[in-house]
Amino acid sequence: MELVTPDLGLLFWTGLVFMCLLFLLVKFAWKPILGAVNTREENISNALALAEKTKEEMKALQAQNENLLKEASAERDSMIKDAKEIASKMVEDAKVNAKVEADKMISAATAVIQSEKAGAVAELKTQMAAFSIEIAEKIVRNELSTDEKQKALADKLVEDINMN
Amino acid sequence: MAIKSAMNKMLAVITAILMSTSLFGEELNHGEGEVEHKFNVNEMIMHHIQDAHEWHLWGGHDGTSIYLPIIIMDGGMKVFSSSHFYHGTPMIAEDESTGKKHEYIAGVGPAAGYAMFHETIYKMEHGALHFEKDHPHADAPLDFSITKNVASLFITFLILILVMFSVAKYYKKNGAVAPKGIAKFIEPLIVFVRDDIAKANIDEHKYKKYVPFLLTIFFFILVSNLTGLIPLVQANVTGNITVTLFLAVCTLLVTVFSGNKNYWQHIFATPGVPKPLLIIMVPIELVGVLTKPFALMIRLFANITAGHIIILALISIIFLNQSAAWGALSVPMALFISVLEILVAFLQAYLFAMLSALFIGAAVEEAHH
Repeated sequence: MELVTPDLGLLFWTGLVFMCLLFLLVKFAWKPILGAVNTREENISNALALAEKTKEEMKALQAQNENLLKEASAERDSMIKDAKEIASKMVEDAKVNAKVEADKMISAATAVIQSEKAGAVAELKTQMAAFSIEIAEKIVRNELSTDEKQKALADKLVEDINMN
Repeated sequence: MAIKSAMNKMLAVITAILMSTSLFGEELNHGEGEVEHKFNVNEMIMHHIQDAHEWHLWGGHDGTSIYLPIIIMDGGMKVFSSSHFYHGTPMIAEDESTGKKHEYIAGVGPAAGYAMFHETIYKMEHGALHFEKDHPHADAPLDFSITKNVASLFITFLILILVMFSVAKYYKKNGAVAPKGIAKFIEPLIVFVRDDIAKANIDEHKYKKYVPFLLTIFFFILVSNLTGLIPLVQANVTGNITVTLFLAVCTLLVTVFSGNKNYWQHIFATPGVPKPLLIIMVPIELVGVLTKPFALMIRLFANITAGHIIILALISIIFLNQSAAWGALSVPMALFISVLEILVAFLQAYLFAMLSALFIGAAVEEAHH
């Protein structure tokens, strides 16, 4: 019977100890511990949500990047095409211009050559005439240097005219 | 499962007690009024599982003990060491109504005028204690002594304060980070009480208020159970009906003061029950309010006491046979039970807290109709 009979003194001490324990633990242990555990759990769930969100954002960003890349590559292609066109046109133009210029130069040169040639021919003709007259004069002088020769000549000339 | 194991234990206890009383538990009366003792298992076990005013460490009557202070209220507070009883004058009184002889101790020094019989302090009349029907016929002053159980309560208190404060300090210092050291060991238990005991049984929006109470109950019982298993400490705190009574009353009060309209309506005007039947139902429901904590009180007390009794009974085998060789049988068995008791220590702390949460949960539950 003693085993199951409550004891007043022990009840008092149990109550005192338990109440002190309850007060102290609630105030100085459970509150900070549960607070920290809750905060940490919130942090973890927030971090997980953030990671999920970031993943989504990354996906969107990646898609955007791909689009940008596509656009850029298309733009590049067109730019290259344009540049090629411009370049070939420039080459073409240069070729045409060069030809025109060359032709002009050639024709100018030809004209110069022609006129030079004409000049030279004219001078040559003049010189030739002068030389001819000089030679003729010298021959005539020689033919008429003596009387016999003047007479021979006159005879010959008369003979020629007679023959005619 | 727990109830079954408790019943098994009780059965074992009853067997042990019956055996010990019938075979060895007799006081042999010799011719000239002397009382001689054989090794008495029943007395030894009962002595060990009950409260005492000394902390017996080892040895027999002249062995080593810590004498705890005695505080009695008898026309003012009287405080003195219990050694004045344990080293007092042994007395023998004859019960005139039954003819049996009883041993008691008369106190000396400051304890003079008081006598101790089975750890209860009585006031002596004319220098002696008179017995009637095997019980002392004397006044017992209010005894607020620091008994073995009270000292053990203080130890539990200190352990809990030291451990929990250092855990709290860890979080204060490091913020809400992953636990390390002792916090790593304690935190899962705290989270377990919060999630699997409180949250699982009490409404999700209301459970937070009760977590501190359930945590305190859980750890108080757990630490008391465990310290009770340590040799030399081995006080039977949670195996004491007074302690479990107090804890059960706490749960009862929390339940009753948390009870909402729905809870009381189910007690005083159970929906769907015809009015005349309420005459029977109301008393039954009211008794039901009390039986729940009563079951809590008995369950914890019986489980822990039974564990202590089994271990003591197994160790007694050696002394009954007066041969150390029996230790080869009794020590492994006692060891096995001790390990089982560690499981029981956790299990009973969990059960007490879980059932408390269940009762509170039922009291704050909203109507579903």
